[in-house]
Amino acid sequence: MAKIIVDGTEVDVPAEYTLLQACEVAGVEIPRFCFHERLSIAGNCRMCLVEVKGGPPKPTASCAMAVKDLRPGPNGEPPVVLTKSPMVKKAREGVMEFLLINHPLDCPICDQGGECDLQDQAMAYGVDTSRFAENKRAVEDKYIGPLVRTSMNRCIHCTRCVRFSTEVAGVPDLGAIGRGEDMEITTYLEHAMRSEMQGNVADLCPVGALTHKPYAFHARPWELAKTESIDVMDAVGSNIRIDTRGREVMRILPRVHEGVNEEWISDKTRYVWDGLKTQRLDRPYVRKNGRLVPATWQEAFDTIAAKVKAAAPGRIGAIAGDLASVEEMFALKQLMGKLGSVNLDARQDGAALDPALGRASYVFNPGIAGIEDADAILLIGTDPRHEASIINARLRKRWRAGGLKVALVGERVDLTYPYEYLGAGPETLAELAGNGTFADVLKAAERPLVIVGQGALTRADGAAVLSLAARVAVAVGAVKDGWNGFAVLHTAASRVGALDIGFVPGEGGLGTVAMTNPGAQDVVFLLGADEVDVAPGTFVVYLGTHGDRGAHRADVILPGAAYSEKSGIYVNTEGRPQFANRAAFPPGEAREDWAVLRALSELLGQKLPYDTLFALRAALVQAHPHLGRLDEVEPADPAAVAKLAAVGGTPDKAAFALAVRDFYLTNPIARASAVMAECSSLRLGGAAVAAE
Amino acid sequence: MSVRRLAAEQPASFAFTPENEAWADRQIAKYPEGRQASAVIPLLWKAQEQAGGWTPEPAIRAVADKLGMAYIRVLEIATFYTMFNLEPVGRHFVQLCGTTPCALRGADKLKEVCHRKIGPERHVTEDGALSWLEVECLGACANAPMVQVNYDYFEDLTPESLEKLLDDLQAGRPVKTGSQIGRQSSAPESGRASLTDPSLYTRKPADAAPAADAEAPRAGAGDAEA
Repeated sequence: MAKIIVDGTEVDVPAEYTLLQACEVAGVEIPRFCFHERLSIAGNCRMCLVEVKGGPPKPTASCAMAVKDLRPGPNGEPPVVLTKSPMVKKAREGVMEFLLINHPLDCPICDQGGECDLQDQAMAYGVDTSRFAENKRAVEDKYIGPLVRTSMNRCIHCTRCVRFSTEVAGVPDLGAIGRGEDMEITTYLEHAMRSEMQGNVADLCPVGALTHKPYAFHARPWELAKTESIDVMDAVGSNIRIDTRGREVMRILPRVHEGVNEEWISDKTRYVWDGLKTQRLDRPYVRKNGRLVPATWQEAFDTIAAKVKAAAPGRIGAIAGDLASVEEMFALKQLMGKLGSVNLDARQDGAALDPALGRASYVFNPGIAGIEDADAILLIGTDPRHEASIINARLRKRWRAGGLKVALVGERVDLTYPYEYLGAGPETLAELAGNGTFADVLKAAERPLVIVGQGALTRADGAAVLSLAARVAVAVGAVKDGWNGFAVLHTAASRVGALDIGFVPGEGGLGTVAMTNPGAQDVVFLLGADEVDVAPGTFVVYLGTHGDRGAHRADVILPGAAYSEKSGIYVNTEGRPQFANRAAFPPGEAREDWAVLRALSELLGQKLPYDTLFALRAALVQAHPHLGRLDEVEPADPAAVAKLAAVGGTPDKAAFALAVRDFYLTNPIARASAVMAECSSLRLGGAAVAAE
Repeated sequence: MSVRRLAAEQPASFAFTPENEAWADRQIAKYPEGRQASAVIPLLWKAQEQAGGWTPEPAIRAVADKLGMAYIRVLEIATFYTMFNLEPVGRHFVQLCGTTPCALRGADKLKEVCHRKIGPERHVTEDGALSWLEVECLGACANAPMVQVNYDYFEDLTPESLEKLLDDLQAGRPVKTGSQIGRQSSAPESGRASLTDPSLYTRKPADAAPAADAEAPRAGAGDAEA
């Protein structure tokens, strides 16, 4: 710790803190453009100049000067930083004047207007007139992909975007060509950026040079209602803010959550919002003579009631989709229980995860932030970059910190950081349970981390593979006091919540595969389940949001609410229950899913015992208390991993496949999004060229 | 300085010759493992030499591939350093210094000559022999005005001598490098004006084998200039 005096206030800060951080500790705000907490220090905008005593006799860039770099006074007094002196005021005005020399005065037509760092800081630290009479610089706009729009006249050369794409995203597409005033941000020959987190560069841009292309000219920040919510595109549970105007979602932005997504979100999370407006189911439909025709709620319910009453309890089933919230799954489970059926499943992909073994057998035990404590990582049948981009960014962050060894069993993928490729399938994994080079690395590691992806579990021998992975984890000492390094990486936002409430086949019940087999069931409820293929002959009730696979197969469609249109709890892959607020209302006659189920239950003569969402939630929390402790990760009992390891079984020799083939089209909302479709075709087109 | 862009017309491919490849490997070997990117400037320079004085886009990619760098990283370097020519240049690439000392000594007149003999800046003559570019100070201010042609300096130019120089270069005749008025290094034009006392160059009696002759000061002056 080192003492430093900031504007007369003495503070005690770690010696490696920068002056800027020390000033923040002292409660003094320093303007900045290029400095960003999660990126390397560039020191090129010069906006953070302060006056120091005990340093050079000129204004100093506080972002690039450490407290320990300053000399103490002649009698050993702490160094002094002044942020309100005449020198600082003049320096800031000078820097601001230079920045504005080449910055166009197009704030009225700029998407960044109203939330622009340059605009705000020019108001706070600038002067009100310009002395610049010459021509301004003009820069050609660049094409850098379908997601980020450029307006390069506005660029102030902070290089945040370049540093983000190189450091955090790990796809060094952006660069600064030329020099001095003529420096230009671009990609190599203006190809599209290839990162799955590229939208973040527009957030980082302190001016309007990089803005969100799908959002361009759609709205102004001050006319948007902001709702804090949770993302459901993957199982990370990224904290997001949904901006709405009226009942329309205009954009999605990240919120800071150090334990989950820091302040990044993936492109699918961010740009999926146009999918919320297209292909929506806005009224009930009933299939008559092979065609789906619009119907009233009453008609739809009556049709269902007739079929359900005719079916034996054992021939009614329910499958929950990847985007369902815990509340509606809980309601559906209760409804099925009342109907006497135990045919439940939320594992559309057939992943061999069994909640009976204990919670530690199916969550990401070390937590997402825990990745930063790991010192050796084994990835099994997973491509975290596309299954959970934010977690991959965390893995990359850990790798950048140094001293990390990563190995992969499964399909070769580009993770943006180097890894040792061990093999393709369970045989390699079995070797790791014994002695191998990487097994020794894991054993020698203090905190080894074994990450099992869905690609390893969604196969016939998934249970055996999972058990084998647990055996490896136990054998290398990944499960010990204070550290549980056995981690299951999920791809579905609803999955951990579903497993927590036991939305799996009960005693003698049927699972997804069994339920979808021909002739297995008379009635199947699909709660937004679009990734399953129910055999012909079964009466399918689809409660969902989009006219996707599930709706096409359905005999009755009940329109539900998308994740932005209902409040609900989602449990992310590490087992963190998080609360998503409602930002908008469902379209047309669509209703919140739990309310639909509640209404249906009454017609089925099995009335669910709650009339409000609060009552439902209270019942849920009573049954599963940990779901009521929002944003808290309940540590799972590590004994479950040992139990899982003891399950045994013989996996076959087939190589692990990838769980996510097309990153941009993994769920019905994304499939309805034109932006996602463009990204997907761009990605596949690029891949085809590379393969030739 | 102005915005520099890659040339519109680019060769289809670029590959180092075996000799240059070996040379590049030797450069790369100078740097520790994991720091191969440090060799990017020498390699780009070699590529420019091989490609005839300019850096084509395929060469940028070839260098990036060789060093395991992202293409944009090498493009950044090639566009940052103005000595990497992004467009084709003549066999004799004339860099005319237009900075203050040369300007005061008549660089403007030389520019007129270039305009007349070669054409506008960056234009390559039809026979591919000449092109020219005004550049910033090349550090030969004492002998201003001057031009650099490929690796050689031509100093103390007048419009006439530059015209002759360009003619000779275009015709492939041998040319004299350095000062065009017979000046020795950057010594005064009219010969030495100081340190002329011969006694300065005679050794004291204590020194055995006195070797003071006319060559000594000349050698000394040469060293100082070097």
